[in-house]
Amino acid sequence: MHGFANPKRFLSLARWLTPLFMLSGLLLAAIALAWGLFAVPPDRLMGETVRIMFIHVPAAWLGMGGWTALAIASLVYLVWRHPLADIAARAVALPGLVFTVICLVTGSIWGRPTWGTWWVWDGRLTSMLVLAFLYLGYIALAQAVAREGASARIPAIFGLVGAVNIPIINRSVVWWNSLHQPPSITMGNSTIDSQFLVPLLLATAGFSLLMGGIVLARMRTVLADMQAEARFRRKVATSGGNHSHQASLQGTA
Amino acid sequence: MRVFATLLRRDLAMLLPGGRRGQSLLPFLFFLAIAMLYPFAVGPDADLLRRTGGGVIWVAALLASILPLDRLVAPDIEQGVFDQLAIRGIADEAAIAIRVLAHWLSFAPLLMVAALPASVLLNLDGSTLSIVVLGLLAGTPGLAAIGVTIAALTAGLRGGTALAGLLLVPLATPILIFGAGSLARPDDGGILLAAAISLVALAIAPFAGGAAIRAARDS
Repeated sequence: MHGFANPKRFLSLARWLTPLFMLSGLLLAAIALAWGLFAVPPDRLMGETVRIMFIHVPAAWLGMGGWTALAIASLVYLVWRHPLADIAARAVALPGLVFTVICLVTGSIWGRPTWGTWWVWDGRLTSMLVLAFLYLGYIALAQAVAREGASARIPAIFGLVGAVNIPIINRSVVWWNSLHQPPSITMGNSTIDSQFLVPLLLATAGFSLLMGGIVLARMRTVLADMQAEARFRRKVATSGGNHSHQASLQGTA
Repeated sequence: MRVFATLLRRDLAMLLPGGRRGQSLLPFLFFLAIAMLYPFAVGPDADLLRRTGGGVIWVAALLASILPLDRLVAPDIEQGVFDQLAIRGIADEAAIAIRVLAHWLSFAPLLMVAALPASVLLNLDGSTLSIVVLGLLAGTPGLAAIGVTIAALTAGLRGGTALAGLLLVPLATPILIFGAGSLARPDDGGILLAAAISLVALAIAPFAGGAAIRAARDS
């Protein structure tokens, strides 16, 4: 469990995993998107707009998976006080929010020609919107905590409370949606054809790798910040009364 | 048991309107102000008000529940009240559970009373009003539990109130959906589902809030 609690071991692994994830993710996503854009035939029902799916669906999965990862990292931090788990949870939040927003925006763009409106209070759209607000709340809370030096366990508790709420929010939105809107607008009951499925899974793998690379890069940034801060403090402590030296250090910090 | 009753009395003396942390009537005036503003915004059409008024009361109740969050827990953390209680052997979880009860007692009954003048302003009939009040009875314990949890999480952070509002909105969405949804389909169990979510929130709040207080103590 604590094998990677040592930031040095984590960093030596992350140093080559980050570019690996980033590059392979970019490559896979580019192939999948080119495939989806040029090689896949237009859908019988949705026409050309089906191509948005290759961004939209992976973004939705990663937006939801992001909070799952955040909740698991929060739990690991709360229970085992694993020092990297807190950093990981905070690093996941922003890419999770970005994918959730991408999902909402692409869904909206897809909805305009298909449903004739930018926004419907569809169950899935609405629960993604609430998820985006959860991410915003988490990020604001984590930033306030970091700014004021409060305990890092506070955003972790909110991450877990949010994870309990996500299924409840999802079910409540479905219940509420059936109240207001007949299920006339659906994606069609036809099972997804393999010529759509293969590039979709490829795009999902690509975006997942990309997200993993971003999370690792963000974690390395936080760790580098902490190292720089610690080194700065050591220098200030050892330089003693040398004020000009301190001032120059503060100037660069 | 006696010590819990004392604690509840002390919390109520703090939180009830006119209590030492005062301003408790403010959320209700705010609640009524929303009920007054809404007809100005959409026009005095009696039929429109009757159809949408119940939902407006729910939104107003949710917004009003954000106002007292900054004085629910933060002053006691600053003054070390929870530390004193912990020294006496009272778990943070128990203190938070009692705080939830006190917050609910100081907040929800008055809100349900305030729903009466609000229903006049919004042209609601008797049966709608009874569903609204029943729904508030089922949903406000959950709102109180979520409110105390978030107040404990944001205690000690500057700008905590705005942050608390941002945190409360997504967590309170299910209660709003079921509570207000029971107006459109009274037979569909919306009130029961709101009560179920309230119970879940009540079960989580002492542990999440207690963990937040311990985290605030350590930092």
